[in-house]
Amino acid sequence: MALTLSNPARRRLRTLGFLSPWLIGFSVFFAYPLIATVYFSFMHYNQIQKPDFVGLRNWRYVFEQMPLFGPALWNTLWLVVVMVALRVIFGLSLGLLITKIKTGAGFFRTAFYLPYLAPPVAATVAFVFLLNPSTGPVNEVLAHLGITGPNWFNDAAWAKPSLVMLSLWGIGDLMVIFMAALLDVPREQYEAAELDGAGAWSKFRYVTWPSITPIVMFAVVTGVVQTMQYYTQALVAGKIASGVSIGPGSVIQPGYPDHSTLTVPQLVYSMGFQNFNTGAACVLSLVLFAIAMAVTMLLMRKRSGLLAAED
Amino acid sequence: MTSTTLSPAPTPTAAPAGASRQRGPAAARARRKRVLHWIAVHCVAIAVALLFILPFVFVFLTSVMSDSQAMSGDLWPDSWHWENYKAVFETDGFLDWWKNSLLYAGLGTVFTVCSAIPVAYALAKFRFRGRRTAMILVISTMMLPPQVIVIPMYLVWAQQFHLSGTLWPLIIPMAFGDAYSIFLLRQFLLTIPKEYIESAKVDGCGELRTLLKIIVPMAKPGIAAIALFQFFYCWNDYFGPQIYAAQNPASWTLSYGLESFKSAHSVNWNLTMAATLLVMAPVCIVFFFAQKAFVEGVTLTGVKG
Repeated sequence: MALTLSNPARRRLRTLGFLSPWLIGFSVFFAYPLIATVYFSFMHYNQIQKPDFVGLRNWRYVFEQMPLFGPALWNTLWLVVVMVALRVIFGLSLGLLITKIKTGAGFFRTAFYLPYLAPPVAATVAFVFLLNPSTGPVNEVLAHLGITGPNWFNDAAWAKPSLVMLSLWGIGDLMVIFMAALLDVPREQYEAAELDGAGAWSKFRYVTWPSITPIVMFAVVTGVVQTMQYYTQALVAGKIASGVSIGPGSVIQPGYPDHSTLTVPQLVYSMGFQNFNTGAACVLSLVLFAIAMAVTMLLMRKRSGLLAAED
Repeated sequence: MTSTTLSPAPTPTAAPAGASRQRGPAAARARRKRVLHWIAVHCVAIAVALLFILPFVFVFLTSVMSDSQAMSGDLWPDSWHWENYKAVFETDGFLDWWKNSLLYAGLGTVFTVCSAIPVAYALAKFRFRGRRTAMILVISTMMLPPQVIVIPMYLVWAQQFHLSGTLWPLIIPMAFGDAYSIFLLRQFLLTIPKEYIESAKVDGCGELRTLLKIIVPMAKPGIAAIALFQFFYCWNDYFGPQIYAAQNPASWTLSYGLESFKSAHSVNWNLTMAATLLVMAPVCIVFFFAQKAFVEGVTLTGVKG
């Protein structure tokens, strides 16, 4: 290796110098708060009086008594399963479609990609309007077709599926990742398969799929982690759809309607910054941490490309 | 890496016509099959594209309706009320939200780029003990939900530094490296052959000069990608401003303000939709000028290995 300096000590110093922004950032803005979160999870602390050690009481409260923990966890897991599965299937289908397009590929790619760029709050506000049961264009169009549209964000049974639709509208990033992976499949393999008389399905099953499996795995794992943090869209949709005028400081029951859009991250916010129950909020944070960490480990163990190209 | 452009210009190909030079019934059958395939693919593509674009169209049409028509279920405006956009800009605070969004996204981007470049370079090109561990830590922080660490961080900024009610608690940490940007830039730097660095060494360049004179110019596409992603991350961020700026409307960003805008104009879907489009506009404009950097950035995160 050519990057040698005259002595190892100087080299070590140089490495530390280049890494220092991250080393400082990691310790101050990540390691410290993580340890503090564990500390606060054993404290009774309302952010005014001094923290008070209470042992496992916060943990027991969250898992045994907290009325909203069950619904929040259920919603989060529901979204993780349904949203990630549909996003991967839909993203892959769009990727396949876009690689088959011969005319106007640039136009179609831009059209499919653009919604991904819409700021989440703006996209959510727009979707609550579009899916407004009485005045929204979607139900209006459905009515012209003789279909009575559902109440979407205003119906506990339809609120989460509406969020899934919003998420599928913003599928552009996954589509691009899958498109690049599909274009990287060696052409000769398709030709060989064709010579063997393979149809479209066999070509997908025996040529395309094995070569894109790492990317699918990557999409699933990052999708799970992203959905674990699902916050903005669920919160904004619930607030706007409830139609309540919300000024700063006013507290509404999160997860309208009927806690159907309440997710664990929202519960962290509401516990920590509205109820000032720091201990419970930190316990909830650590639940999120444990799940996200487990998924991240899986990602790195499966070697889905993240640490590849090491040398 | 596959280079992909999202340019709206259609790619000319000779798919349906001139596909085969042979004659005879078999060739004709193959050609017919190809034409049918072409038609089927494009019909599906047009249908899907409509579904993706229609939300923008409906939002736009509603944004130019009169107050009363916006509350009806009408799809097409009777008369075009462009003054709705003026009304949005004249709303209290709207211009401040623009200023704050630009401050947060602009400074955040500059800080992130400046701090990510040396770290990504060291992780991509230096050999040292603990390099793999460092990468694993970078990826772990990248994957963790922001809610995990927000409470102690908030307490520090609010109680020690008295900076709650401002955007500084969001901007300052970006001067200390952002995991996602470091990771993405490192992936890009891995593609630069080490011979360039070696020959710079031979010419007597120190590490810092090599980075600034050789690597940074070569890594421009990668740097453009992290700058764009960071800009949009800040522009779109809702959680951060909600934590730190919520109690002080003078510090709200567009993303955070939009929701309260809707609440304040609870019946005016037309104004809300106009405001929504105004929040989306900068993102779309920047995208049209920087499509390539974008798409390369997205692929870079997914398609290595």
